[in-house]
Amino acid sequence: MELIKDLPEVFEEFAEQRKNSFLGVKKLKEQGVPIVGAYCTYFPQEIAMAMGAATVGLCSTSDETIPDAERDLPKNLCPLIKSSYGFAKTEKCPFFYFSDVVVGETTCDGKKKMYEYMSQFKDVFIMELPNTQGPEALKLWKSEIIRFKEYLEKKFDVTITEDEIRDAIRVNNAGRASLKHLYEVMKNDPVPITGHDLFKVLYGSTFKFDRKEIPGEVDALVEKIKKEYADGKMLEKKPRILISGCPIGGATEKVIDAVEQNGGVVVTFENCSGAKSIDKLVDEDNPDVYQALAERYLNIGCSVMTPNPNRLELLGRLIDEYKVDGVVEMTLQACHTYNVEAFGIRKFVNEEKGIPYINVETDYSQADIGQLNTRIAAFIEML
Amino acid sequence: MDYIGIDIGSTAAKVVARGDHELEFALPTGWSSKETARTIAGRLREDGIDVSRETAKVVATGYGRVAVDYADYVITEITCHARGGREMGSDDCAVIDVGGQDTKVILISRGVVQDFLMNDKCSAGTGKFLEIMANRLGVDLGELFDMAEKGETLAISSLCTVFAESEVINYIGEGRRREDIAAGVVDSVAAKVAQLAMRKELPDQIILTGGLSSSRYFTKILSQKIGKTVSPTDYGRYAGALGAALLAREKTMRAAAKNR
Repeated sequence: MELIKDLPEVFEEFAEQRKNSFLGVKKLKEQGVPIVGAYCTYFPQEIAMAMGAATVGLCSTSDETIPDAERDLPKNLCPLIKSSYGFAKTEKCPFFYFSDVVVGETTCDGKKKMYEYMSQFKDVFIMELPNTQGPEALKLWKSEIIRFKEYLEKKFDVTITEDEIRDAIRVNNAGRASLKHLYEVMKNDPVPITGHDLFKVLYGSTFKFDRKEIPGEVDALVEKIKKEYADGKMLEKKPRILISGCPIGGATEKVIDAVEQNGGVVVTFENCSGAKSIDKLVDEDNPDVYQALAERYLNIGCSVMTPNPNRLELLGRLIDEYKVDGVVEMTLQACHTYNVEAFGIRKFVNEEKGIPYINVETDYSQADIGQLNTRIAAFIEML
Repeated sequence: MDYIGIDIGSTAAKVVARGDHELEFALPTGWSSKETARTIAGRLREDGIDVSRETAKVVATGYGRVAVDYADYVITEITCHARGGREMGSDDCAVIDVGGQDTKVILISRGVVQDFLMNDKCSAGTGKFLEIMANRLGVDLGELFDMAEKGETLAISSLCTVFAESEVINYIGEGRRREDIAAGVVDSVAAKVAQLAMRKELPDQIILTGGLSSSRYFTKILSQKIGKTVSPTDYGRYAGALGAALLAREKTMRAAAKNR
């Protein structure tokens, strides 16, 4: 596949993907395709994909529905949880509306309690995610994945075979590998594209219902970027920033802008919109598909895990490979696990990697853009 | 060559010139930063500096920095305050800047910014808090400090400016002495500034900049709360503008060296 469109056009197309999928989800529904909605990177998509269902990330990135959520939920709860609940309750999220079932995991306290209320007006399947990563935890998580499979079989009156799961694993692995090749173009110094353009593709691709399309489209994009880079098309040299912390998307893209409009460039994302959900593949050679899935998903280095060594492993590797000059961690207000972990991350980045770190705590409002710009601009000036 | 630093804060705009002309002045920011920037250009012209010419290099900083359309460079107040603070303190010091709408703590080590902190989206622990309370007591800032020195500190425990104002109104209603309320107000601001500063390991030299920087009384209270000496600076309100002027010179020199 060769791309005939210009790069900016391609990036905008990916940015529009989420909105376009609003219509797509309705069409799928009319065709009788089951829709499985989810919020979190821990959701083992392959199980739902194996029965031919479309999986989709549900709305949770705008402050539009927070006032509605705050009628039921406390004000000082993380905006991601409030937004998720608000969109669900007001039926303003088409993905949620058309979902036959919503899958939640027992990640953080706020989310699991919120799911209790959500269950009152929607079919919500809660997977018990352990908060440790040892052998006992793995056993539990594997049995939860099997329980989820059995739930789907019963609900939709289908049989999900291991071969079908294996196929889904291959499809998703291929997508991840392509996206990884894409973000690896940022190893170049100077970079070929902005971090925000990269983000548009990473985020937009999660809203493609046909996962099989991802490798072809993304590979063509990578090829075009590389070709233009070889022809000398690149950005000027700038301080190289890694973004870590809570999930970014929608309202919180303000943090990416604050970096890139103030003299820096985001070279890599160590969060759920980036490497955290793409870096590791599911082992295709493991004859036990459930074991392979359980291992891959449980190993995600989210701050809900205790201890959480995999986050440091990935963070350290990205800092080295992407020649990072400074780390910006975005935490959401009242996200206890990430906010507490920020202290340890700062220590790791400053002392073990020897580079500067800044933590910005924010919410989904645009009220702090002035302050955010000053803080991040000052941080970049000091690099 | 003239090197001009313009620091447009939320309350006051400060200007420092270095080079062929050496001067400094301040004026209230008013409601329009753009208007203020124009007024500053006019004042500078009266002093023989034409900002539109190549012979003047302008660095703008402060929250109104983007309103200075004739600036050659725009740099954040953190970097400018650090540069000015280095001049007033040393290459290894902490700068505490209590501004009109935010308070910052900047750690400088071997001449470069090592780390900094700013208050969150809240006016407690800033000049705004003092301004509001002084208004409430019917005095200006200078008088507030004078009164506070003679008072016995009344506890103001609210973390929020709006709630703290109701506490002050309560005290007024109870007929408490103005001096005691003033002492409580200053103590409350110092406590919040100290709380912010103490989140970091502070070096031995700490200087205060910003609008309150020359107040011996405020630095005394602040020193007590932090447990280390915080030195006042007579010229501290100009720290950001001075830093901006010095950075204008350094940036111009560096650009010239590059082109050579």
